[in-house]
Amino acid sequence: MQDPRLENAGIDAWLVRLFERIDEANMPWLMALCDRCEQAFGEALVDLVPSYTTLLVHYRPQQLTASRARALLVDILADLAPDEAASTGETKEIPVWYDASVGPELVRLEYEKGLTRDEVIEIHSGHVYRVFALGFAPGFGFMGSVDPRLDTPRLATPRQRVPAGSVALAGRQTSAYPKVSPGGWNLLGRTPVTLFDPARERMSFLQVGDRVRFVAIGREAFERLGGDTTPVAAVQKVQS
Amino acid sequence: MTSRPLGALRVEKAGPLATLQDSGRFGVRRLGVTQGGPADLHAFAWANDLLGNAWQAAVLEVTLGGLILVAEQDTRLALCGADLSATLDGTPLSPWQAFTLPKGKALTFGTPVAGVRAYLAVSGGFNAEPVLGSLSCVTREGLGGHHGDGKPLATGDRIAVAREATSATGSHREVPPEERIDYRQPATLALMPGAQIADFSGESTFRAFHTDWTVDTRADRMGVRLAGPRLDCRLESMISEGIALGALQVPPDGQPIALLNDRQTIGGYPRLGTLTPMACSRLAQCQPGQQVRLRPVDVNRAQADYLRQFRRFWTAPASGQ
Repeated sequence: MQDPRLENAGIDAWLVRLFERIDEANMPWLMALCDRCEQAFGEALVDLVPSYTTLLVHYRPQQLTASRARALLVDILADLAPDEAASTGETKEIPVWYDASVGPELVRLEYEKGLTRDEVIEIHSGHVYRVFALGFAPGFGFMGSVDPRLDTPRLATPRQRVPAGSVALAGRQTSAYPKVSPGGWNLLGRTPVTLFDPARERMSFLQVGDRVRFVAIGREAFERLGGDTTPVAAVQKVQS
Repeated sequence: MTSRPLGALRVEKAGPLATLQDSGRFGVRRLGVTQGGPADLHAFAWANDLLGNAWQAAVLEVTLGGLILVAEQDTRLALCGADLSATLDGTPLSPWQAFTLPKGKALTFGTPVAGVRAYLAVSGGFNAEPVLGSLSCVTREGLGGHHGDGKPLATGDRIAVAREATSATGSHREVPPEERIDYRQPATLALMPGAQIADFSGESTFRAFHTDWTVDTRADRMGVRLAGPRLDCRLESMISEGIALGALQVPPDGQPIALLNDRQTIGGYPRLGTLTPMACSRLAQCQPGQQVRLRPVDVNRAQADYLRQFRRFWTAPASGQ
């Protein structure tokens, strides 16, 4: 860890900048920082937003002045140690039906990268990813890092309606859309997993710091698990 | 719900956008869930205060007017914020006051005269099932609101009132004149300079604070775009990180966007700084084409101003109990 920086983010928030680059090795430090903030701020804590290299700490100004909140963070950072438990946490599996009807950019990747369909699937599902951040939408996990052989920019024109469960890739990041929404990532397939459910105890299937493996499944298994086989193209037509 | 609500307001006509908002959804932002809540915290807090409600009780945020509500029983209400040409049974009703809507009578919102968003509080607060601890309606996420599914009010809906809604009063019947805001005036928005301010060119930093910015038509609960001179930053984009309410981000086109209640939880554009809560409230009431100025403010000063402004609401006795 380099020297951390504390940046003001408003009357009730500080941003702790721990790192400069995206790296899986950042995660145990960020997880430890989250835990320590929960302990130190207690009731005065409103929200924590961990991301690749930073943690946004939002506190109650009714209970803490800006300078007192900053002092708490300085104290925490003075003896912060990485949370090794978080770095060996559970690995979650996301079953994916990789198919051009639900993942039209499989064709783009074959064409642009000179790979066969099977090679694309093998490379995407052959890596254990780390959840660096949740954002964009509830339960949308930013995962990395994708093999450089699949590194592909976002679509020039985002789709109006990306179907729920779409497994996607942008640059060297991958994710799955929890619900139908606009989006510009390259779609490779679809998962039957419900990624966000406010009625569930932990609500989000993915949590920051998780390790994730995508597992290729066939159409039959996808349908048996409750997956919706409506092609991406058909979902677009409903919109217009 | 086990007990039948005592009363309700019936939606005769929905208008462009009316949503239930309490103080916001907190504690779940690390899952990507945004905070929601009233775009104008100042008018929201006064509307509840006039009725002696808990300060964070759910109110209706009425955007641009067009809404018609009918009371199913005599109902004590308070209206604050924008002047949307409201009428009570046909008689003009100005904002910043409490009033009774008699049974069977209509409260009608017309078109905006001043401001954009009106706040309608009911004695005891509106009632619905909270989602993730809040009633705040976030349409983009499909969370909260009167049905819990993030849908705004629709014609034919009934919105339930928490309890007997005719007796309660707050400490004031009207908001004191010095606390009412004329939203037609040019606004000055206090901004706490942020960490990336040094990455903007000197000229851009000067321009940021010496320009009459024009509020763009691209303005909603997620954010408000400001049009003016191009601000140049040597950082084109950054690794995405948590974004606070009021963050003023500057994408590569150099036109700043103030991020409001329904913003995405993380983002990767450099930020000039963060608007204060009062500045967010004020900006949320600006109509497209209105002029705003930015004024730098120190964080300690801004926090003291905020406490002075809002402390009265947290300590107000719930006299309607």
